[in-house]
Amino acid sequence: MTSVPADPPASGHPHRRAVSRGSTFDPIFGFLCGAAATLLLATLTGVMISLAIGGWPAFAKFGLGFFTSTRWNPSPDIAGGEFYGGAGPIVGTLITAVVALVLSLPIAVGVAVFLTEFCPRALRRPIGIAVELLAGVPSIVYGMWGLFVFAPLFSQVVETPLAYWTPPPFLGPGFADFWNNVVIGDLVPNGSGILAASIILAIMILPFMAATLRELFLTVPPKVRESAYGVGCTPLEVVMSVTIPYVQRSAIGAVMLGLGRALGETMAVTFVIGNAHNFPKGLFSGGSTIASTIANEFAEATTPLHISALIALGFVLFIITFAVLAIARTLLNAQRQA
Amino acid sequence: MLKTIAAAVTAVLLAGTTASAADITGAGATFPAPIYGKWAEAYKRETGVGLNYQAIGSGGGIKQITAKTVDFGATDKPLKADQLAQLGLIQFPAVMGGVVPVVNLPGVNPGQLKLSGDVLAKIYLGEIKRWSDPAIAGLNGGLRLPNLPITVVHRSDGSGTTFVFTSYLTMKNGGWATKVGSNDAVEWPTGQGGKGNDGVSAFVRQTPGSIGYVEYAFAKQNHLTFTQLQTRDGTFVEPVAANFAAAAAKADWAHTPGGSFYMLILDKPGADSWPITAATFILVYKHQDNPAKGQDVLKFFDWAYKHGDQLAEQLDYIPLPAALKASIEHKWQEVH
Repeated sequence: MTSVPADPPASGHPHRRAVSRGSTFDPIFGFLCGAAATLLLATLTGVMISLAIGGWPAFAKFGLGFFTSTRWNPSPDIAGGEFYGGAGPIVGTLITAVVALVLSLPIAVGVAVFLTEFCPRALRRPIGIAVELLAGVPSIVYGMWGLFVFAPLFSQVVETPLAYWTPPPFLGPGFADFWNNVVIGDLVPNGSGILAASIILAIMILPFMAATLRELFLTVPPKVRESAYGVGCTPLEVVMSVTIPYVQRSAIGAVMLGLGRALGETMAVTFVIGNAHNFPKGLFSGGSTIASTIANEFAEATTPLHISALIALGFVLFIITFAVLAIARTLLNAQRQA
Repeated sequence: MLKTIAAAVTAVLLAGTTASAADITGAGATFPAPIYGKWAEAYKRETGVGLNYQAIGSGGGIKQITAKTVDFGATDKPLKADQLAQLGLIQFPAVMGGVVPVVNLPGVNPGQLKLSGDVLAKIYLGEIKRWSDPAIAGLNGGLRLPNLPITVVHRSDGSGTTFVFTSYLTMKNGGWATKVGSNDAVEWPTGQGGKGNDGVSAFVRQTPGSIGYVEYAFAKQNHLTFTQLQTRDGTFVEPVAANFAAAAAKADWAHTPGGSFYMLILDKPGADSWPITAATFILVYKHQDNPAKGQDVLKFFDWAYKHGDQLAEQLDYIPLPAALKASIEHKWQEVH
């Protein structure tokens, strides 16, 4: 069965009574819709302003240091008192989100292409629905699974062998340096760290991106694809030179939406990232993200400055996510106009 | 049909509201939550008064009682006398427990490894980096220790357990006292953070060569490899109920500053005293907006002191000594 879009019955001129009713209710309807939109916008602005106000004491006290320092000392009894520098969580947020994206994008494209080009018609709907269902699994579930199932496995299969591997000399001292400092860092083979968190994130955003990409691929007019097949293109050629170029910009938008979700993900990351406030030394080191830091500390933060520092981190996350979504929106709009 | 359902729903809702009207509400520390739950269950069966306790953490408990959203707050980190006076609160201990270092060392069984407070602090400072370090070997003559790097595991969330543990390290090591100090969250010099007791024990289990700290009840129920600790007298003790009780007996509850019951039961003298023992505390207002409610809270703890010791022991908590209970009940006269 091909789904023919159900056009509204083109029954010519609208009914006279409908016209008169519309003229009465349309202004009210329009007003209500406008109010709904304004309310949403007001909420968004309100959240942003209250985060800025709440975080102000921390911004004012530490200035630029809030963004550049990795010292995070909530204990007021130590010489120098409390100090909050958010560089560790901010960088951790960006690294985990980007690595997650790099890992999940190729697979998401693969799933979407399979569903639109190769999948037997009968399986298309069930698989499509399954992908969308996966996107709805709560994050805490991924967190528990990550800590109790994934981390031990990751430790055994990936981290322990890597920890014992020494780069062979013919790769040169440069590679050995890169390997030891950037890849290995201070690896502790227990399945936690930046990379482990990124992989969990990748699994979480994968169904979301795959579902969006599939929708996009379906927007390619069948005429275009069929004519490509008609001139003798292979499926690979159709995907590479017709489908993907056709949806390119929107696809970037979809990817950015995935990135947005990865940036704010909390519980799943908190369980496996290792929760160290300092700068991550490598992909396997422990780190923290903005969301995981807030989740860890907010309940027990009692001093005003500690609470303010956490709210300030929330503000930074808000700005980062806002920027990502704004870019996504712009790209999607550009596609629509093209 | 619909009418019956509606009637049933209304009945349930009404029953819910009437029951909860007399219930006591409390919030705070997670460490005593299991025993408060058990006490509440038994108390409700006897008196019909329920307890709604939310284990949101000690800091949360202090915040909630300050905001007057609960009838009592609960905290593992006691407030000092001046803070109590400022907020108009009184504080009293409810039950005691211990904090226990746990390790993952291939070939080392529970209770075999011996540590001192100073060595523990140096491990958590990152100064002792390997299990073969002479400082550790010196305490463990005859025990074969692997030459593994030490992975330090701590709590990532703010926690009363962390407060107790870091207070002990502060007492035992000058470097720790000046660099890190004691708080429910500190700037850890090294190591990884696990969320909650579960997170810490999961990382310790998965990491050969790691060391962490958890509440005693948690270590016991999960069969973690606990260590011995050196007492102030120089002996080594295991974390067992009798040794927590021995430490608790040495605490001078009669002379706390300003009668605040502010007490850390750390590094107490006695050959059997487990060095990291701690009480968990209840906070209530001196001047109750609703005096009857205030009395309900005290009645609950009065019942718990009289009838709850056995339940506490079953869950590996340490009941308070009788003399202490008497002086707490005396203190309650200030609540009105």
